[in-house]
Parts: sequence; C-alpha cells; structure tokens
Amino acid sequence: MKAFTQLTGLACPLDRANVDTDAIIPKQFLKSIKRTGFGPYLFDEWRYTNYGEPDMDCTTRPLNKDFVLNQVRYQGAQVLLARDNFGCGSSREHAPWAIEDFGFRVIIAPSFADIFFNNCFKNGILPIVASAGIVDQLFKECEAAEGYALNVDLASQTVTMPSGQSFGFEINATSKHNLLNGLDEIGLTLLHTDKIKAFENQHKQTQPWLFA
Amino acid sequence: MAGKTLYDKLWDSHLVHQDEDGTSLIYIDRHLVHEVTSPQAFEGLRLAGRKPWRNRSIVANPDHNTPTQNWDKGIEDPVSRLQVETLDKNIKEFGSLVYFPFKDKNQGIIHVIGPEHGTTLPGMTVVCGDSHTSTHGAFGALAHGIGTSEVEHVMATQTLIAKKSKNMLVKVTGRLGIGITAKDVALAIIGVTGTAGGTGYAIEFAGDVIGDLSMEGRMTICNMAIEAGARAGIMAPDEKTAAYLKGRQYAPKADQWEQAVAYWNTLHSDADAQFDAVIELNGADIQPQVTWGTSPEQVLPIGATVPNPANEKDATKRTSIENALKYMGLSANTPITEIKLDKVFIGSCTNSRIEDLRAAAAVAKGKKVASSIDVAMVVPGSGIVKRQAEEEGLDKIFIDAGFEWREPGCSMCLAMNADRLSAGERCASTSNRNFEGRQGPGGRTHLVSPAMAAAAAIAGHFVDVRNV
Ligand code: SF4
Repeated sequence: MKAFTQLTGLACPLDRANVDTDAIIPKQFLKSIKRTGFGPYLFDEWRYTNYGEPDMDCTTRPLNKDFVLNQVRYQGAQVLLARDNFGCGSSREHAPWAIEDFGFRVIIAPSFADIFFNNCFKNGILPIVASAGIVDQLFKECEAAEGYALNVDLASQTVTMPSGQSFGFEINATSKHNLLNGLDEIGLTLLHTDKIKAFENQHKQTQPWLFA
Repeated sequence: MAGKTLYDKLWDSHLVHQDEDGTSLIYIDRHLVHEVTSPQAFEGLRLAGRKPWRNRSIVANPDHNTPTQNWDKGIEDPVSRLQVETLDKNIKEFGSLVYFPFKDKNQGIIHVIGPEHGTTLPGMTVVCGDSHTSTHGAFGALAHGIGTSEVEHVMATQTLIAKKSKNMLVKVTGRLGIGITAKDVALAIIGVTGTAGGTGYAIEFAGDVIGDLSMEGRMTICNMAIEAGARAGIMAPDEKTAAYLKGRQYAPKADQWEQAVAYWNTLHSDADAQFDAVIELNGADIQPQVTWGTSPEQVLPIGATVPNPANEKDATKRTSIENALKYMGLSANTPITEIKLDKVFIGSCTNSRIEDLRAAAAVAKGKKVASSIDVAMVVPGSGIVKRQAEEEGLDKIFIDAGFEWREPGCSMCLAMNADRLSAGERCASTSNRNFEGRQGPGGRTHLVSPAMAAAAAIAGHFVDVRNV
C-alpha cells in the first residue's frame, strides 16, 4: 500500500449526500479480474451519458459536461470534498479501488459509511471527518476560487486552507501508523517475518512431509 | 486441565503469533486457488512487488467458469474465458505445486482434486477463496474459506489473521439404515443445527456413523459444515484416512510415511476435552432427506409433507416459510413425493466423487429417465473421477438411462458457466445450496443425495430410494 504522509492537492467538490458505492463504481465492473483500472469508471453513471461496460475505452465516451469531475478546473484533483454518509451501500472494495485509481488520496466529509471508511485505509486513502460547518466552508471556497488546493498533513493531523486557516482531524493510532508507513495488513504481518520463518523451520522439522 | 479438542490441537500447532486481544497469525500449509477469487490477489502481489511466500503450498485449477461440454469449442463466454486465462498467466508467473489448466486430464473441482493428489493431509491448515473449503476437514485438517484480501495475505505471508473459534461436537451414533448416505446425514444435521447454529464454531463430527463412512462420505459431510454456519468442519483421521492417502502423489513417502501416520494418530480430541456445544443424532433415525425451501435447513424426510405456515406460531418463521413456498412454487401440505421435477443435477464438490456416481448408477441401472424430465446430467468432480467411472462402465449406465455425461467442473452448482436453470424450473440437485437464484435466476433447487437424485430422475418426482 502507498504511504500517506502529506500532500498539497487540488480539491474537487462533489455536492451530494449519501453517495453509495454502486454510484462510485457500478456493479457491472465487478466482473473485472483486476483491482486496478477502475479509475476511468469512477462515478460512471454520472460521468458519462452512455452505459458503461467493463473494458470500454472511456476516452471516446460522451461526457456529462455538468458533472463536476469533468470540469477542466478540477482535472488532477487529489482531495475529494464530499457530503454526509459518503460510501454507503454495498461493501465492495472496488469503490476505494476506483477512487484511488482515479487519483484521489484524501476524502473530506462530515460523515462516512462504516465499511467504506475502513476500506479506505486498506487502500492508501485518508478519509477525514470534518464538522459540517468546516465542510460547508471548504465547498464554498473551493467553488469560488479556481485552483483551490488544500494541504493535508497526517503526522500533525491538520488540513490547511489556502488562506492559512487550518483545522485538525481525528484518526486512530493504528490506522495513522499504517498509513504513514504504507503498511497494509500484509505489510504489518511481514513485520513478523522472523517469527513466521522460525515457525516454518520448526514445522519443517516436525512434519517434513508438508514441504514436499 | 482439560484435554484438547482436535481443533485446539490443529490451532495450537499452527499458531505463529498472538496479540493481546486474541487476534492471531496462523501458518497456512496448503493454499487452494481457483479462477474467480484469485485475480485481484495476484494483482495485489504484483503491484506491491511481492512474491508468494511459498508457491509450493499452492494447488490451483479453474473450475467455476469452465464448460462441461463441447470442450473443443473452448470457453465461449469472453468474461469467463478471461478469468480462466488470467489464472493460467498468474500461475505461470508466480508458480505453484500443482496446476491443472482447463482441459487437463486431471482438472476438476478444486475441492475434489486436492485430496485426490494427496495435497490435503491430516494436521494441515488448508485455505481457499471458497467457502466449501471445509470439505478438507474430513482428513483431520483445519480447512476453511477466505476472502480475496485474505488470499493475497496468505500468498504473501503464508499466514492468515484469525481469531480462534469455539468448539462444537456433532456426534452421530449408531448405524445408518440401508440406502441412507452421507448427504442425508449432512442435511439431517443442518435440519437440527439450522444454518446459523454453527456460527462462531469449528464443528468436529464424530461417532460410529462417521467412523463407518468412507472418505468420500466424510468429505460430503465436512463440505456442508459451512451450511450449518461453521467455517470449518473436522473429523479425526483414522486407518481409512491413511489408507486413502497412501501412495497418492503428494502423500508422505517411504520412511516419512510411518512418521506421518504416527503423528496423525495423535490428531483426535482427548477423552477429557471440553466442547462449548454438543449435538447428538442417532444414525438409525435418519431418513432420506429432501430440502423443500430456499435454505438448507428447510429440509424434511422423504415421507413428510411440505410445511403449512398456518401451523407456525412464530411470525418471523411463518413469513420465511411463506416466502420459501412462494419462491419454490409449492403449496402447504404437499407430500414431498408429489413434487415433480424438470431437471436433475448430479455433481458439485458435495457429491461428485466416485462413490456418489456409483450410488447414482446403481439406482439408474437398466432404467430410463422419465420423459417429463428435461435434462438429467451427471458431472464428475474431476478428470480422475470421470476416468474411473468410465472404467467401471458407469458412464454407459447413465447414458443408456438417458442422463447426460459431462466433463468435470462446478457446473450447475452455481451456474457460472452455461449450465443453469431457467426461471421456474425445478431441479433435484446433489449440490449444497438451494438459495434463491443459486442455480439460475428464478430456478428452484431441492437438495438430495445422489441416489435420491437418480431415483427422482427416473420417477419424474421424488421417491423414497429405499423402495426403488
Ligand atoms: S462445486 Fe459448487 S460449492 Fe463446490 S466449489 Fe464449485 S461452485 Fe463452489
């Protein structure tokens, strides 16, 4: 998993509450054999005016010009501003896969759906819960000023706006540690490599036939 | 201090690390891999620049998507084909101990081929991205299904993050009556435990009935432990286990054989071991079983009538009976023997081994599938099972009786390939799940033993196989 320490990234405001994972990545894309490549299909039904299918070439598909992700000023955005209950619905891990593949590393919202929130950490995305008041302010400032970029610093747990104003956010110690160091569960388990190896050697002694 | 259960022994002998909150790392000996739940795991390894910790723990084979006829045409559905080809590529890149590609003479359902080659052994931990991995518990292995993220975790670290389950003992005493098979035992057990009764437990199956069963029959029962809610079902290995394994390709050889058997003989629950729950059934009471509803626990003996929701006082249960009857297109109080069928499916990792095919063929011999039956198919669990059946002439018996004799695979167990029910079609199936839509959208599944399925194919409706 990619580590997350800090970034200064363009923000993109997605002004809808209760965005569910089927909206984030529609069900037909779950047939894919990959964990990557979902970026072009992120918010597929909102982004394009035709029906998306797996493996479609998205560069030639008709875009919904009104959808915020399609606006020129938000190209290259890394911080997604969202509303309440972001990521609700099915538990598909394809949703954070698509968000990360598209290029977002941070999502700021007043609240997140539980499973989605946890899935973000497994995939190198930092979900930040901010008060409704702050989120509102971010939406307004972002829409008012082109090139609106936020600085997000995980170590100090702060987000700084272009004005220099900043706010803090909460994160549990384990998630913070894993994200800062780019450790997924596999990475964490591999911290026990010596123990696993020692176990394996002993296991080989006692049951050599298991290692045929 | 109380003695240990078999599950305790298997757990303790694989524990690598334990956190204060009980979260543990257990070492995994065998990793079974198929095409549907592995692509993202391999992709994850690739992206992180990781390699399998021990690729010789991997036994792999496509089964869910592969067609069971017209193999010369290959896999026609492009999405299915891509999944299968992806497995080919991944195994080529990352390596494995055993790989049978599509059309290989040994290819089959992953839970059938593992034991066939001696890659499932007593005392092992076995995982697979598939819930019916519990099958391998029949050998005294701790075996259970895992998710795609866990598949990747096992590949990369040879361990699984797990929490210990509680211990349940299901004891089946006495003797089975004539014509009663392991499948009837499995369904009868689920009829008692319910589909959630085993949740949070590892179930050990024991008792004279279990001891009397062949390895094939034992696998059928452990296979369905998951349908009782338990991730793992286990049985203590005995002489039959050793006899089954002896001489198989990956079973211990020469001097290691004795050493292994001596170790396997220690793999049983101690006499003073404590179980958190105990369920006892008398084998003599078990009748041929038929599921009538949309959950494996909605099961009855062949002589029964479909339940009447009006007799159920509990409102939630009443609604679930009503819903099941509606989906299944059955009316209350219908005798099970009056349920007419459209299709018959003999196969799946529950019942596609040689013994299952022999039992079905014994019933079908010299008879004809009823003209009202649209399709009756027999799908062997593996290439090895298929060849053995052909050597014994079982294929002829089936074909002469009007059954289709197919190539091995999961087939109509989950209808991911072309084999499926149409809406409203009713099927007697030897598989393990009768959920809504499992065998095709709107399809209606009744779970039975292979002998009962064959008897139903010939009669066109369910019959008591003991009277055939
Ligand atoms: S036969 Fe059915 S239950 Fe068994 S592995 Fe295949 S799909 Fe799953």
